[in-house]
Amino acid sequence: MSTSEAAVRERLTRALQERGEEIADRWVELQMEQALLDTDIGEAELREEADALFEALVPGLQSGVPVDRVVTSTPGLHEAVVGLSMRRARAGATPTATSLAVLALKEALLKAVQRDTRDAEELFASAVFMNRLLDVAGALSFETYVEGREEIIRRQSQQLMEQSTPVVRLWRQVLAVPLIGTLDTARTQVVMENLLQAIQDHEALVAIVDITGVPTVDTAVAQHLMQTVNAVRLMGADCVISGVRPSIAQTIAQLGIDLSTILTRGTLADALAAAIKLIDGPGPDGDEGDGR
Amino acid sequence: MALPGESILASRGAKRPALTEDRRPPAPATYPVRTEEDLLSVRHAVRAATVEVGFGLVDQTRVVTAASELARNAFVHGGGGTVTLEYPRDPRGRRGLRLIVKDEGPGIVDLDAALTDGFTTGAGLGHGLGGARRLMDEFTVRTGPGEGTVVVVTRWLAW
Repeated sequence: MSTSEAAVRERLTRALQERGEEIADRWVELQMEQALLDTDIGEAELREEADALFEALVPGLQSGVPVDRVVTSTPGLHEAVVGLSMRRARAGATPTATSLAVLALKEALLKAVQRDTRDAEELFASAVFMNRLLDVAGALSFETYVEGREEIIRRQSQQLMEQSTPVVRLWRQVLAVPLIGTLDTARTQVVMENLLQAIQDHEALVAIVDITGVPTVDTAVAQHLMQTVNAVRLMGADCVISGVRPSIAQTIAQLGIDLSTILTRGTLADALAAAIKLIDGPGPDGDEGDGR
Repeated sequence: MALPGESILASRGAKRPALTEDRRPPAPATYPVRTEEDLLSVRHAVRAATVEVGFGLVDQTRVVTAASELARNAFVHGGGGTVTLEYPRDPRGRRGLRLIVKDEGPGIVDLDAALTDGFTTGAGLGHGLGGARRLMDEFTVRTGPGEGTVVVVTRWLAW
């Protein structure tokens, strides 16, 4: 570390310790001014963020860590930046606004340094140092923001997966799962778990898997359907696949997939009729559907 | 991961005009196949392309299903690749949709076997490649051990 850099670090540390209040004010002001925060993050919260960040920044500056690694390797500081970006990601701020908010700290800091010295050399050295220090923070906040968003997306798709596979009881001992979207390995797993559990709970004898809402039935989807049917049969229940549209039927036939061992129906209504026949009970109007 | 939104309603209700003489076909577009979610994007793009060309519902389903099979092959066996969509015209001026599915995987050692129904090197059903051939009008494969695989399939719009 050169002597001038040591001097800059000392100057910044002093500025933060003596004028922390002022810098925080300016930073909060800048963030509000830039209208970067189109969110419900209030002024009090911004102050708290600033305080936490400064508190961690001081030991970072005092350590001998090279300037471009101060933010990432000072424990509290890294967390402060990550926490700040996460809060903004959750509050719905844009990634640009998030990193600009971090970068606005440069201006607030430089202003404070300017109060202590007017020496051009020194100001320039401070500005260069701060750029190198805080650009890393800006980049880190951007990265964290993206990770935060991805985390939200992952969680939402997880929730969607569970929400979109309800098992409904259609009739005495008849259950149905209306599938919407695509049927991949993960989805099949969820459907199967829910369905098998429901079969046990309701002592169901027939499970109807409705694929009206599945746009594409390729060999992978067909394979997953067969797996589901097999599992249902192992539980001693029967399985009917309904919602086989004409275009899907043609495509499955052309693909060469043999679903002849599986009971399939065009509509959910037909499948229910078939199911009622299977459980050998009277139909909804009291008519005997089993043809005895 | 299951993502919703691969709508069947959009294509079914679609009343978009087929490509006409004065409308230029869209430029070829290439989609990556690196993850399971990419397969969804490919199906989406292919579905939109079939609607654009003017295919009926059955042909839409055929082409999307073939694309799904081939893209999955590239993903599972080829370790990922790309799908390119082209809008060719045959010498008689007939419009079509062409899919070029490319991967840099180990290649197919025995192509005849791979095209046989029920043949699989993985855990699939073994109908993917042969099924895709039956679903499309034209089908060519360029592959070899260690050379990766390029499958080119085309479906023409019926007059």
